[in-house]
Amino acid sequence: MSADLALIWPELILTIGGLITLMLGTFAGDRQVGLYQLSALLTLAAAAAAVIALFGVDATVFSGTLSVDGFGGFAKLLIYAASFVCILVAPRFFTGGMRAEYPVLILFAALGMGIMASSRDLMTLYVGLELNSLAAYVLASFMRTDERSSEAGLKYFVLGALASGMLLYGISLLYGFTGTTDFAGIAARMGGEMNIGLIFGIVFVLAGLGFKISAVPFHMWTPDVYEGAPTPVTTFFASAPKVAAMALMTRVVIDAMGPAVGAWQQIIIFLSLASIILGAVGAIGQKNIKRLLAYSSINNVGFMLVGLAAGTQQGVEAVLTYLLVYMVTTLGAFLVVLQLRDPAGNQVESIAALAGLSQRRPGLAAAMAVFLFSLAGIPPLFGFWPKYLVFEAAVNANLVPLAVAGIVASVIGAFYYIAIIKTMYFDDKSDVEVTGGGNAVEGTLVTVSALWLSVIGYLFIPMLAIASASAASVLF
Amino acid sequence: MISVGHYLAVSAVLFTLGVLGIFINRKNIIVILMAIELILLAVNINLVAFSAALGDLVGQVFSMFVLTVAAGEAAIGLAILVIYFRGRGTIAVDDANRMKG
Repeated sequence: MSADLALIWPELILTIGGLITLMLGTFAGDRQVGLYQLSALLTLAAAAAAVIALFGVDATVFSGTLSVDGFGGFAKLLIYAASFVCILVAPRFFTGGMRAEYPVLILFAALGMGIMASSRDLMTLYVGLELNSLAAYVLASFMRTDERSSEAGLKYFVLGALASGMLLYGISLLYGFTGTTDFAGIAARMGGEMNIGLIFGIVFVLAGLGFKISAVPFHMWTPDVYEGAPTPVTTFFASAPKVAAMALMTRVVIDAMGPAVGAWQQIIIFLSLASIILGAVGAIGQKNIKRLLAYSSINNVGFMLVGLAAGTQQGVEAVLTYLLVYMVTTLGAFLVVLQLRDPAGNQVESIAALAGLSQRRPGLAAAMAVFLFSLAGIPPLFGFWPKYLVFEAAVNANLVPLAVAGIVASVIGAFYYIAIIKTMYFDDKSDVEVTGGGNAVEGTLVTVSALWLSVIGYLFIPMLAIASASAASVLF
Repeated sequence: MISVGHYLAVSAVLFTLGVLGIFINRKNIIVILMAIELILLAVNINLVAFSAALGDLVGQVFSMFVLTVAAGEAAIGLAILVIYFRGRGTIAVDDANRMKG
């Protein structure tokens, strides 16, 4: 047992650090932003260091319910990095100051996401997922007095609880018809003859997980929650939980349902195509930039699922690369959105107000253009590379029609990204004087991510390939 | 003789009622919280029935986890409902329409 504890240092650090941060917030008071923010950031850094220290370990702990391996490590590093950024930039953006609950909830959500990414048993899967979800519901309704925020929290909670229910129903069927909750044990049973109970179990589990990654047709909550939640929280929702849920879905599909390719592949293909198309079409005509980025995330999740549908090691590598690049892009885009303020200091969310941003804030507009072109996957930018990888994986797995449909739909998607860039660069200045601006930290983050996505990212391809290959090889 | 199939049927009916309770109900968000509980209890029936039929304790342990998490979920749901009501003065489902698009 104590040997097991030595292998879950990242989780232990997050738990203890979260509790310490909670105590600091309680006894030092909400005003001591610097204090509890620092404690939360140090906790995340220490947890990331622990993940790196465990590099190369491939073991299962606690009677095979949790695995410590490269795949989980890769996902956890991304999750901790995204959480770090979300805590780092948050204080300036909460009217009336950040309360101590924010970093604490993010730490506990990160803990839950880490468990999701390394679970290898239906029980740890469920507990990790709920730990993340319960923290996320509260985060969505964080601005208690804001009507949109509380409505976002309420919608997220109701639909999230329904999704958990469906996931659990699927889990109960998988348990009943395989006799075990262990991924390896389920996979062994999946190799045999399929029956209706198992099929139903697979469908319900994938539906529940599809909700968490906001794949169509389980995406209804995404635009409302992204719009209503406070922007730092939206930044968090768009980055870390996507990584965790996608990693979890990959693990469930490859590890637990791997042998039953025929049963899950068509579901994933459907989710993928529906997400790509609806994500692209739904974004057209949106007037709120956060809502638009919500549709963009639905669209991008569809592309990730193309890689997963391939079901090969190459496909999983592509998904992991995609997650990393997507996380950097989406964090960058939301950091730009966070900086848009009108002279009174209120956040600007409408796309029309962005008109003429290239004259008012040329640097910010240029960075936003890089992020949007990158989300669209237009070649000179690095966002193109992961899209290329997922399609290559799909073609190699004989899913040519899926790849073709995806590429066609991505052209539709490019339309609305370019529409925003047109608004920023070619429309007459809007009446709203968009000013505001970041401090050095935000400026640096935006600059670094924009540069990385422009051309420098291509220098990292060999490194990315090695990292994603060593992470993906764990599952095969 | 009551077989595992009977339990599965009851649980499937309860699950369906819960899902319908969320989608058909247009009046009150409290009813949605009740429907969510119904879904989770349907799952528990499934888990315990399978556990008994398989002679394997894991299902019952799992149902304990589900009960615990359901308690936390209900607490958080009610808390969010309270702040929502404080801001809006209503908990009718059709009134949750501040955001559209």
